[in-house]
Amino acid sequence: MADMKELANLVKELEDQLVTCIRCGMCQSVCPLFEQTRKEADVARGKLALLTGLMENMFTDPDGVNERLNRCLLCGSCAANCPSGVNVVEIFIKARAILAEYKGLSPAKKLIFRQLLAHPGRFDALVDWAGRFQGLFAKPDANAQGTSCARLVSPLLSHRHFMPLSASPFHKILPEKGLITTGSGPRVAIFTGCLIDKIFPGVAHASLKVLSHHNVGVVIPPGQGCCGIPSLASGDRDSFTRLVDHNLALFEKYDFDVLVTACATCTSTIKKLWPSVYKNPSPGMQKKLTALSEKTMDINQFLVDQVGIEPIETNLEDAEKEIVTYHDPCHLKKSLGVADQPRQVIRAAGCRLAEMAGSDKCCGMGGSFNVYHYDLSSAIGILKEHNIEATGCTTVSTGCPACMMQISDMLGKAGSPIRVRHPMELYAKSLETHTP
Amino acid sequence: MIQKSILEELKKIVGPPHLLTQKEDMLTYSYDAAVLDPVMPAAAVIPETKDQVGDIIALCAENHIPITVRGSGTNLSGGTIPYASGIVILTGRMNKIIEINEADMYAVVEPGVVTAALAAEVEKRGLFYPPDPGSMAVSTIGGNVAENAGGLRGLKYGVTKDYVMGLRFFDSQGNYIKTGSKTVKCATGYNITGLMVGSEGTLGILDQVILKLIPAPKARQAMVAVYDTIEQASETVAGIISARIVPATLEILDNFTIRAVEDFSKAGLPTDAAALLLIEVDGHPAVVAEEAAQVKALCLKMGARTIDQAKDDAQRDKIWAARRAALSALAQLKPTLVLEDATVPRSRIPDMVRALQRIGQKYRIDIGTFGHAGDGNLHPTILTDRRNKEEFLRVEQAIEEIFDVALSMGGTLSGEHGTGIAKAPFLEKEAGYSSILFSRQLRAALDPNNILNPGKITGV
Ligand SMILES: Cc1cc2nc3c(=O)[nH]c(=O)nc-3n(C[C@H](O)[C@H](O)[C@H](O)COP(=O)(O)OP(=O)(O)OC[C@H]3O[C@@H](n4cnc5c(N)ncnc54)[C@H](O)[C@@H]3O)c2cc1C
Repeated sequence: MADMKELANLVKELEDQLVTCIRCGMCQSVCPLFEQTRKEADVARGKLALLTGLMENMFTDPDGVNERLNRCLLCGSCAANCPSGVNVVEIFIKARAILAEYKGLSPAKKLIFRQLLAHPGRFDALVDWAGRFQGLFAKPDANAQGTSCARLVSPLLSHRHFMPLSASPFHKILPEKGLITTGSGPRVAIFTGCLIDKIFPGVAHASLKVLSHHNVGVVIPPGQGCCGIPSLASGDRDSFTRLVDHNLALFEKYDFDVLVTACATCTSTIKKLWPSVYKNPSPGMQKKLTALSEKTMDINQFLVDQVGIEPIETNLEDAEKEIVTYHDPCHLKKSLGVADQPRQVIRAAGCRLAEMAGSDKCCGMGGSFNVYHYDLSSAIGILKEHNIEATGCTTVSTGCPACMMQISDMLGKAGSPIRVRHPMELYAKSLETHTP
Repeated sequence: MIQKSILEELKKIVGPPHLLTQKEDMLTYSYDAAVLDPVMPAAAVIPETKDQVGDIIALCAENHIPITVRGSGTNLSGGTIPYASGIVILTGRMNKIIEINEADMYAVVEPGVVTAALAAEVEKRGLFYPPDPGSMAVSTIGGNVAENAGGLRGLKYGVTKDYVMGLRFFDSQGNYIKTGSKTVKCATGYNITGLMVGSEGTLGILDQVILKLIPAPKARQAMVAVYDTIEQASETVAGIISARIVPATLEILDNFTIRAVEDFSKAGLPTDAAALLLIEVDGHPAVVAEEAAQVKALCLKMGARTIDQAKDDAQRDKIWAARRAALSALAQLKPTLVLEDATVPRSRIPDMVRALQRIGQKYRIDIGTFGHAGDGNLHPTILTDRRNKEEFLRVEQAIEEIFDVALSMGGTLSGEHGTGIAKAPFLEKEAGYSSILFSRQLRAALDPNNILNPGKITGV
């Protein structure tokens, strides 16, 4: 088929990256999806072989490869463990874009990504509206995680314990011109991120409190958009590129030394994907993307490496401290190598850290993977839930709001009393309690 | 192609989700870790129980359908590259540890159990399953047995064959065969267990494996010796062996590999060193202390620039991390990596090392050499790009010469990676035509329709 030949040519763009896979199969030992299904098409080696097959024009239509390619959490466990250093996540994201551009996005995705996400103002307004009406569709659980479960049976929500939209998203309480504070030392811009803004605004408030406690000057530009990862995961490179344009133009207006986010996924997207997946950047644009990428940092990393924190003075014996376990978000540890700093923050907050088995195993969220493959996502999540429970902790902490959603869902369904908190929330709370 | 009615039968046996026939899935079972051309099977099945396996084999026997079993597909000799008209049996769901018997020190496992998972379970009970192939985080016990896999501890503890006490398997007709036992000794019947180890799925399909376990060593001491010439390092290997010391592990890294590892992991290795020896002795604490001192003295006597002993577990882990990084580090350098494992009697290690350097120069190719020097099993690792036809031809010539050199020293084509398709054409060089004929006759008698992994080992 002539068309498939054209697709084969498009995939050729990835050839130099594809040939680096030596088919050793070591990815099988770390892939959370493969652990569930034990099918080669579910693990990186299989998917890379499929893309090579596409490039060699072996198929009559792209649907089978596309479907298999989308069965992936994009957690990057394979890449972090790959002997040959294959850049699996970048390959898969680019391949999803090539396939989506070739096939065209589904109408539903087009609506969400093109009409909503890519227009931050519209998206905020819709979510705001939805937040006011969500009580109609969901009833809050009186549980530790603060999740809700579906009031009306909705096939999409099924038996999820999903996090309710916040009644007061973070951007709403910002002054119209954004927030600018002064301090000593490096000046920090905050990229809020959708999930923190709309579901966990408490994390943003906590981050502000922590930064102001340490006398760090902050800018929070108003009208921030999504980092673009949901569009990108669905192969919509155009919407992604538009979002990057929007955010870049916005932050350019301000003067800052470091861009921090409290969302592991946003940090990893800005650092790794903005410079590598932006569609046809001009040399000037590429320079800007790279420069911003280099300035971007996880908030825990910033606090520990650049500000320096001291453990809170408490008179508590070790045994009296709150027991906290920490889940490593894939986008922090595997993508950026940040693992120690959040733990230091938790200890500094006066908590006792109890490591869980497999702390860096993916929680199974994977963004839209959770929506399209909820059963698999939950099967992976339940393993995480068991490991959390086994530590005997009262709180599980993690540096990514997407992981927080998944873990809340799992703990909620298990009826567990364990709370879910971002390290910033723990640290901010300890400042409240212990600062004279 | 397979008849539709047979696919229907297979579906009935394993259940619809566990029969795969789409071209996309077939592509993912067309290769393994060997650098060879892929072949797509007609179908793949994922049985979970013994009865399902038996039914599948009986069906294939009746219809003369070739069968290739696949564990994790990490073998390096093409053992799981299927037949185009055949099926692949996946062992991923046959992954239960059936029993770990602490009193009698054995384990009974299904073939799909991952090696590292078994090793971890065994360790929890203070016992030890020594065979530790570099791929143990993914490889299966079935694959280890069928390849007679080795590892870093081969020198003192032997390889997979030294731990297989008994097997349960299906023959080519679907009959269930029991061989060996759970006793330390067993003298009944033929030693079919021995025959099955390393048979690469050509004589039967494993359903259960009984493995010997041993007490875990009480103490261990890891060391690193740094050398200015690779000759001194390889002479040390021969020296340690002739001093009647048997370390658990005795590994060598050449300068090419040291530099690659250092670039890759910044572990602080001396990049100007011509070679490193990584050594570990284990056993009773008193013996460990004594042997460590002897090894240290020997290394210095043979010209080691320095020798450092690991002071704690963290330092030990660092040493082995450097060794484990070797393959990864080399793999980053070029798109294609050909990992060879020609093996020589260990006293010939110095000669083999020299020969590899000469061959690399002669064919103008990059060869990184590291590996299990203590048991004579080096891993000359050739870095190339398969798309470069001219260079790849030189690579193939170099490999043939490596084989010839190893055989001329009384060695073997493969210490642990097996024959598969990759080495089948060269087997005659090592064993002679009568041995091939004997193997073919054996095979023909046991598998008259040639359905068990055709083409592997004996070339037919
Ligand atoms: C990075 C890397 C490092 C490696 N390091 C080592 C090493 O240190 N030492 C070593 O020896 N090897 C090593 N290998 C090679 C490989 O891992 C081993 O050969 C291993 O035993 C293969 O296990 P598997 O589960 O992947 O088997 P597969 O590759 O799936 O199969 C191997 C063979 O076993 C047969 N087989 C599998 N299951 C059954 C069954 N149930 N019944 C009958 N036949 C069966 C297959 O048909 C095939 O012929 C390495 C490979 C890689 C990629």
